Amino acid sequence: MTQAADRIAADVDAYLLQHEQKGLLRFITCGSVDDGKSTLIGRLLYEAKLLFEDQLAAVEADSRKWGTQGADIDFALLVDGLAAEREQGITIDVAYRYFSTDRRKFIVADTPGHEQYTRNMITGASTADAAVILVDARKGVLTQTRRHSYLVSLIGIRKVVLAINKMDLVAFDPAVFQHIVDEYLAFAQRIGLHDVSAIPLSALQGDNMLQHSARMPWYRGPTLLAYLETVEMDETRQRKIALRLPVQWVNRPDPGFRGFAGCIASGCVRPGDRVRVQPSGRETRVARVIGPDGDLPVAVAGQSVTLTLADEVDVSRGDMLNSADSPAEVADQFEATLVWMAEEPMYPGRPYLLKIGTRTVNATVTEPKYRVHVNTLEHLAAKQLELNEIGVVNLSLDRAVAFDPYKDNRETGGFILIDRMSNATVGAGMLHFALRRAHNIHLQHVAVDKAARADLKGQRPCVVWFTGLSGAGKSTIANLVEKRLHAMGRHTYLLDGDNVRHGLNRDLGFTSADRVENIRRIAEVARMMVDAGLIVITAFISPFRAERAMARSRVEDGEFIEVHVDTPLQVAESRDVKGLYKKARLGELKNFTGIDSPYETPQRPELRIDTSDVSAEEAADQVVRLLQALGRVR
Amino acid sequence: MTDPTLAKPMPVGDTVRLTHLQRLEAESIHIIREVVAECERPVMLYSIGKDSATMLHLARKAFHPAPPPFPLLHVDTTWKFRDMYALRDRMARESGMDLLVWRNPEALAKGINPFDHGSQIHTDLWKTQGLKQALDHHGFDAAFGGARRDEEKSRAKERIFSFRSAQHRWDPKQQRPELWNLYNARKHAGESIRVFPLSNWTELDVWQYIYLNHIPIVPLYLAQARPVVERGGSLLMVDDERFRLAPGETPRMRKVRFRTLGCYPLSGAIESEADTLPAIIQEMLLARTSERQGRMIDHDQAASMEKKKQEGYF
Repeated sequence: MTQAADRIAADVDAYLLQHEQKGLLRFITCGSVDDGKSTLIGRLLYEAKLLFEDQLAAVEADSRKWGTQGADIDFALLVDGLAAEREQGITIDVAYRYFSTDRRKFIVADTPGHEQYTRNMITGASTADAAVILVDARKGVLTQTRRHSYLVSLIGIRKVVLAINKMDLVAFDPAVFQHIVDEYLAFAQRIGLHDVSAIPLSALQGDNMLQHSARMPWYRGPTLLAYLETVEMDETRQRKIALRLPVQWVNRPDPGFRGFAGCIASGCVRPGDRVRVQPSGRETRVARVIGPDGDLPVAVAGQSVTLTLADEVDVSRGDMLNSADSPAEVADQFEATLVWMAEEPMYPGRPYLLKIGTRTVNATVTEPKYRVHVNTLEHLAAKQLELNEIGVVNLSLDRAVAFDPYKDNRETGGFILIDRMSNATVGAGMLHFALRRAHNIHLQHVAVDKAARADLKGQRPCVVWFTGLSGAGKSTIANLVEKRLHAMGRHTYLLDGDNVRHGLNRDLGFTSADRVENIRRIAEVARMMVDAGLIVITAFISPFRAERAMARSRVEDGEFIEVHVDTPLQVAESRDVKGLYKKARLGELKNFTGIDSPYETPQRPELRIDTSDVSAEEAADQVVRLLQALGRVR
Repeated sequence: MTDPTLAKPMPVGDTVRLTHLQRLEAESIHIIREVVAECERPVMLYSIGKDSATMLHLARKAFHPAPPPFPLLHVDTTWKFRDMYALRDRMARESGMDLLVWRNPEALAKGINPFDHGSQIHTDLWKTQGLKQALDHHGFDAAFGGARRDEEKSRAKERIFSFRSAQHRWDPKQQRPELWNLYNARKHAGESIRVFPLSNWTELDVWQYIYLNHIPIVPLYLAQARPVVERGGSLLMVDDERFRLAPGETPRMRKVRFRTLGCYPLSGAIESEADTLPAIIQEMLLARTSERQGRMIDHDQAASMEKKKQEGYF
């Protein structure tokens, strides 16, 4: 760095010119909790004198506050940037760091080791060329080491450093090092990692980071930085395969110009090249290739360009412009490896959105053919995929897309799955091959069922069952709740005396038998509406526990939300909006709840609202908050 | 009809070598186009600094020959340098884009300023609340920002497509996985995303790109004799008559420049002789303090950027 400083001081233009020509290596660091990933990056930046003074001062201050290294600087605090990470001393999310040496520029993705953050590790790995997998010399190869190695292999990273860290804690013993290397290489072979370099390190103390460690004379290989500076980058690999250009945007500023903008996924393109529009199959020639600074004679993978075509063909976002000589495959059913990244499991048959390239389609996933046990690589039977599980599945799309197998083209064979309700990215997949129709594995028949109808509405149906005395405020609160839900874009229906007693149940009176039948019919209608995907709100006295239990039993667990509007009889009677209590007291109205017919107080309602305490508005807020807390609405 | 391109020797892809900056440029253009394709009402936050200048330039390249199909939004504090307002108006004219300026009406009514109210309240009302008001007022569902991951630790952790709740909150523990270049821009009504096309750029990359592409920048980045006063170790420029001088304080002309630009009473200048782009790049490379030090708002409290981001600051 001092040499670099001299050159910068002497001639900044020459330095800039040289800097501009540097290659770029993107790599990840991964490993188990406490293996020292963040320390390793902090040490790299520190040793390479790439830390700024104020950053160092901040870390020194933080080390005293949160550090785990006594009087020494805790380098992990450099990269663990979130407050929660510093408090817990773990890395939660991938952090990106940037540095350059005289030879290369680097983007480092520091990825979390903890199992529950595996999806963040995948995020970092998906754009990396190389991986540094850390192992604690005292612990050797762990479950997480295998998991991360398998993911690294799955995501297509070929260059791997096995960084055996904390050698200072095993007295720099070469036998310990060799034992771990042997065990790891045996595993690496099985998962297709064939280019592994093992380096013994102490990231905390700097051994074999930039300079060869005098304490490990038995190690003759490159230091970590030397490896990163010289590891072969296959920069041109992607451009040697056939042209693939997913169209992002059709640029039509005026009737005279119609350009198709996108980032070239693979191959190269020149004016005059024959291209095929996929999936439609129409062919034409490229007229112009327009780069960021004007027309280009040729453009290659990794460049964002705009193409104009010789013929007026139908091309829109999501289509691909591909080499006419070696076009992509087009299919709507695939086998793929799927990494599940959501708390909620992957359910076979549920529709998800699938984004591949610039196209988003509906997709359903079959029951996994198997899931992979990452320690043993065994294939296990599975009904669904849980968070962080990896399985092989079949996919069925609602329309055909152009693709390449992931092993041939990382850019056109990778996809993400998006949950239609939460909009979260829940899965990442790698396409293997199209299923030939002749020997299609029969996809599970997806009926239009409750889940499908609910998914279309983007909600989780349920019954919000209000119960309480006459005049307690059930209808008022229920109306407010419906208004609030409606404003949130939820599909609802309110059942109350007004729309039930005058139609469906107009043949019923107020005897106990009629009350039971009244509630039975309401429960049945509510069940059908839940099946239709609606959030149903009911506002009836429903005085008997048994009927409320019956209504609860008609829907699935969690779908019945009982809200007791708890108003003391005296209060309800004093309100007496409709004059009913007065009539009941006078004996003009028989079987009136609370007067001459019992009200059975709910024992364990999901919510109890004391209306002497809260206004109807506040009560409605409580209900909506409960629905949110229960995950019925968001 | 003969195809003229066939007569020439075919250039081959192998002869093309992409520089690091060309790769970053392509990635940023891809990001900007994805947002326009997938979001209903995108907007570009334009703060007039060097990162905004670079981002705007990339947007113009992404849609050339059309102008970028979204407006620029400047969340104004009324306390920017005069040179900044001048460049803002010029760039809006030249790009052919609409320029929306938002000044928090509450801050305007109360006359919020850094002298009476301090940097925290000033920043919170004008910038954080102002930004949220502007986004809500116009109903934007995606906003481009020029933040880079190398600036600060919590930014280093943020996704390129960064999801915000209807209250504009960022939840660092619930970030969506972001794989390959497949960005998920889906959201519910009221929710929005912040998009950072310069995520993977470093300060050096930005300067080098500006240099190579002749991108107009505010002259304050270059050293020049300017009236400054020294306060608490910072050099503050007296940019207009609203600057309150302490008793006995007199502005002195010193050759200074700014590494970051914001509200002028909150932007520390550095003494410098660097009055050309290569010279400031040189100075930056040889400097041993990092960029945000000149910006006082980050020093207010530990992990303050993360906290601000959670509250809805960019």
